[in-house]
Amino acid sequence: MSDILVSILMLIGSLFSVVAALGLVRFPDVYTRMHAATKAGTVGVLFLMMAVALYFDDGAVTARALLVSAFFLLTSPVSAHMIGDVAHKLGIKAWAQDDDE
Amino acid sequence: MSLLVDTCANLSLGLITLGIVLSTYRLIRGPDMPDRAVALDLIGILCVGFMAVYTIAKNDAAYLPAGMAVALMAFLGTVAFAQYLRHGGDR
Repeated sequence: MSDILVSILMLIGSLFSVVAALGLVRFPDVYTRMHAATKAGTVGVLFLMMAVALYFDDGAVTARALLVSAFFLLTSPVSAHMIGDVAHKLGIKAWAQDDDE
Repeated sequence: MSLLVDTCANLSLGLITLGIVLSTYRLIRGPDMPDRAVALDLIGILCVGFMAVYTIAKNDAAYLPAGMAVALMAFLGTVAFAQYLRHGGDR
């Protein structure tokens, strides 16, 4: 039972990771790319950490997995904000509907 | 370690590797420096995910602290990159 849950969590997490990378490649400007990369990437890592905690079923490992999850929830918005702020300061235009790419 | 978890772990490692390859495309191609900073950030995040799955695949919890270190380095690298660009680094 636990094996099935671990496998499902692992697959969901890695699918989120691939979707994040796909968004990074396919989206038209730096702001939308950032939105794909940081949000989907963080959710992917959270699912993978859940899988690790469930698989080992050990207090020390669960604590480490929680620590990594909390770290990502704290730092990922900060780094996204910093990059977005810098991109805005450098004068990079946001994508508009009538642009041709 | 059951066959199911083994298969899914290998599949997940493949998927995450595909994600890292796609991010590397953006890292090389990216029209502006912030694009490259975002790509580098995502590569760091995906490396942590890779470490997490590797922990399960090898059935050895000692790989998890390495993932924590990679997470810390990725965050510091992104902050340093952003500060470099903010203070007039080469676009």
